[in-house]
This record gives sequence, structure tokens and C-alpha cells, in this order.
Amino acid sequence: MALPAGRPRPEPTPETQHFWDGTKAGELRLQRCQACEKAYFPPRPFCPGCGAREVSVFAASGRATLHSYVIHHRKVPGFEPPYAIAVVELEEGPRMMTNIVDCPQTPEALQLDMKLEVAFTPMDDEITLPLFRPAQGTPAGERA
Amino acid sequence: MSIAPGSIAIVGAAESTRIGSVPEMSQIMLHADAALNALADAGLKPSDIDGVACTGAMMTQQVAHYLGITPKWVDGTSVGGCSFMLHVRHAAAAIHAGYCNTVLITHGESGKSRINATPRPPEPQSLNGQFEAPFGPFGPPTLFPIPVLRYMKTYGVTHEQLAMVAVVQREWASRNPRAAQRDPITVDDVLNSRMIAYPFRLLQCCLVTDGGGALILTRADRAKDFPQRPAYILGTGESVETNMISQMEDFTSSRAFRVAGPEAFRSAGISHADVDHLMIYDAFAHLPLYGLEDLGFVGRGEAGAFIEARHTAPGGKLPMNTNGGGLSYTHTGMYGMFALQESVRQVRGTAPAQVEGVNISVCHGVGGMFSASGTIVLGRERP
Repeated sequence: MALPAGRPRPEPTPETQHFWDGTKAGELRLQRCQACEKAYFPPRPFCPGCGAREVSVFAASGRATLHSYVIHHRKVPGFEPPYAIAVVELEEGPRMMTNIVDCPQTPEALQLDMKLEVAFTPMDDEITLPLFRPAQGTPAGERA
Repeated sequence: MSIAPGSIAIVGAAESTRIGSVPEMSQIMLHADAALNALADAGLKPSDIDGVACTGAMMTQQVAHYLGITPKWVDGTSVGGCSFMLHVRHAAAAIHAGYCNTVLITHGESGKSRINATPRPPEPQSLNGQFEAPFGPFGPPTLFPIPVLRYMKTYGVTHEQLAMVAVVQREWASRNPRAAQRDPITVDDVLNSRMIAYPFRLLQCCLVTDGGGALILTRADRAKDFPQRPAYILGTGESVETNMISQMEDFTSSRAFRVAGPEAFRSAGISHADVDHLMIYDAFAHLPLYGLEDLGFVGRGEAGAFIEARHTAPGGKLPMNTNGGGLSYTHTGMYGMFALQESVRQVRGTAPAQVEGVNISVCHGVGGMFSASGTIVLGRERP
């Protein structure tokens, strides 16, 4: 799936490079504190729960549920309205903003708590975005 | 050492001469126009001011120099639309500490005409730029309402209840000649207005206007020397959470509200039953619901039914957003200054839609989506 031009492009920093390297390699990389075991996002080289610097990077399952969203109805560069701006809750706990693909952008199709899976979507040679789609093998009527 | 309730007062308060569409003024002049009106309200000259607070990078020096003020205390706190509540809190502390005597807080924003306006694109290397902007948010209407569907599902709040917020505030606006939108509306009108970002339609989103406002604070023992009745600062609170809405801890409640609100009540030494008038910053229709619950006026999930039952409407037991709010009065981009102005007017007894017998007004602000909060409790009498 090719993304239309104009979408704002993220620029990795030293603290987030591993995340963007991960999406490019087909992995959703989160971090976990070795002291308190909290999994967290967005990336930073210390634990936001307890301040410890001893943290590890791990590949998340890519499974998530739909936590909340809006459906934007106005035209903006890089997007074809109506499109949902969603927040998903990852199986490991953290939440992230994303878009839901392979799914009608309607309140009827986008049911809160429906099961989702990550859909890595290249923006260009360097940046791949972690979008999400309804979990495969789940019939539309049972996805909620 | 805490500040005794009522030891600092607001002795000057004014908005810009015109609000709404003000294409004849740049943003800095909207600051100055409001400041000059507030100085006139307090019977002061710029040289009487020794403390300045406003929002924006390098703006304290711009505003001070533009107005010819030599401050010995400044505060440039910029946490979004509730920054002015934080300025009031910080200014009260500074006056109490003896850092300055008379503080001018200004706001000016050319939100509609965009003359010398503040650009606000997220930097692509910021956390917002990396982890939110690529997914298509485009300004507050696409970000602020993101938690709403979760809130609705958790508590069974209906689209009609969220439409009622706009209906009630229009009732207040119809009593206010300066309100931008004054024609009565119905729940059906709201639910048939143009879809902006589901679940919110046009009439559930704030206006986009030009305007300014300014406040002048000093010690309460000087407050009787001014021409207007003082509004005494009884209590204050502030907090921040996250400027990434995707990362807020609980989509049905604001942590920043839950810190700022109770601290303001505690420091004022008041309970909910003492509150005669309430302002809750309403950039979008869900904010009064979150505010009513997080400040403890109602239980979790009860605010939709509370507003639907007209408790916050004209004649209700808890008059709220009596200027018409950000939905119907004005919203420059940082509305908190206008909420404070209305609380001052209600405490003075000079509001266009004056509520009878206001002794205590609570003014609650939100900023940068749900990222920041400030709460101010004002009193008509010094305790």
C-alpha cells in the first residue's frame, strides 16, 4: 500500500532511532524497564515509571485493540477524508496514535475494543509507519 | 508558607475593545489594546506596573517594551489556553513574596485574521512530530476530541447530551451582546451541523476569533484604592500531564484537572456547595463534562445528565460558562483569559448575563489539548 504524498514525515532522534529502524525491519519495538518491568512508549533511554536507566528494547506482538478515535472530515495534505485518527492499546500496555487501514472509515466499522494488528506501511526508503488493520481471521461482525 | 485566601486581588480587568473579527490589529496590538483598557479600568498608567506575564517565546519582553513597562518580575509560562490561570497563580505568589507589587497579565491573539500570529506546526523531530503528526491530526478539532468515544462508551454518555452542552451555552450567549453567536439552537441543530471530526460537529467546536484580555493584580490591602470592586483570589491550582493526547493516562478523565481543581478548592478553603458560579474552558463540547467530574461537582459519568437536566443553564443551580463560552462567545485560540474575565465580571456584579448573588466563582482552564490545567477561585469578599 502506497501512502499519498504530503503526510508529515517523522524525523528520528538518537533516542527514537531504534523504533524507526524497527518499523523498517518489520518489528514494533517497545522498551521495558529492567528494574520495574514496565513496558513503555514513546521511546526514551530511561523508565518513565521509576527513572531507571537500565532498559531493554523488545519486539512487541503487534496485536492491539482500538481505544478511541475521531474521523476527520476535512481535506488535509496527505490524507483523503474521511479518515480516522486512532489511538490503539498495544497488547503489552502502551498506547500509540495510528491510522486504521483495510477498514471502512465509519463509526459502524470502527468499533471500540475491536482487535487489530500492526500493518507496517512504508512512507519512503527510510521511514515505515506502524499503521493497524482489523486482526486477520476475525470476521467483520465479530471484530468488536 | 501558603498565601492566605484573599490576600491578593484582581483590581483591573478588561478585554480588547473589539473581539471577534479584528483585522485592524496585529497580535501585539491586541495585547496592548487589552492592557490599556485594563489599566484604565484600574486607574493606572503603564509606569505603575512592575510585573508582566503573557504567553509565548520572548513575548514578555515584547509586551513590556511595547507598553513602556520596566518590570522587575516576568512570567512567560506558555502551556496553552489556561496559561493565564497559571499566570494569576504565579503572580499572586510573586506579589506575596515581595518580588513585585502590581502585575499586568496580557493576552492577544489574531486567531481569525492571523496578523502577526503565532505559527504552531509540530517540529518533525519532536515527539508529537514523530508519533502523532504522521497520522493526520490537523489542529485541535482532530486532537482534543480523540478521547470522547472512550468516555461515551465507558459511561453511556449520548450524542444528544454532548449536543446539549452547545445548546445551553447558546442560551447564555443570547443574553450577552458581545457574544459572537447569539441565535438559539436546538439539539437537532447541533446534530445536523457539519461533521468536523466525528463524533463532533461544527456547533460542538469552538469559534475561531481575534481578541485580547488583560488583568491587573496587587495586594488586597491596596485593593480598595482602585475604582473597581476587587475580585479576591481565594485559591489556585495548576498541573500538566502530557502534550501528546495519545499518551494521556485515562481517556475519561484529565489528571491535570484532578490535580489543579482540588488544590484550588483546598487552598481557598471552600467546598462545592460554596460555589455560586463556574467557568469551565470549553474549547469543545466534552470539556465541561470532564471538568464537572474531575473537579468533583458530580460523580464520574454523571456530567452529561447533569447538563441535560439544565443545572448549568440560566436558572439552574450551578450557572456555568455564562458568557456563552468558547463555543458561542469567543475563542481566540487561548480562551482562558476570557473565562477569567467573565469570572471577574460575575464577582463584581457587572456581567451581561449576571447571576444573582455571586460570592464565589470558580474558573477552570485547560491548555494544549488535555496537557495542562489551571484553576482559580475568586471571591467578592475578602475572607
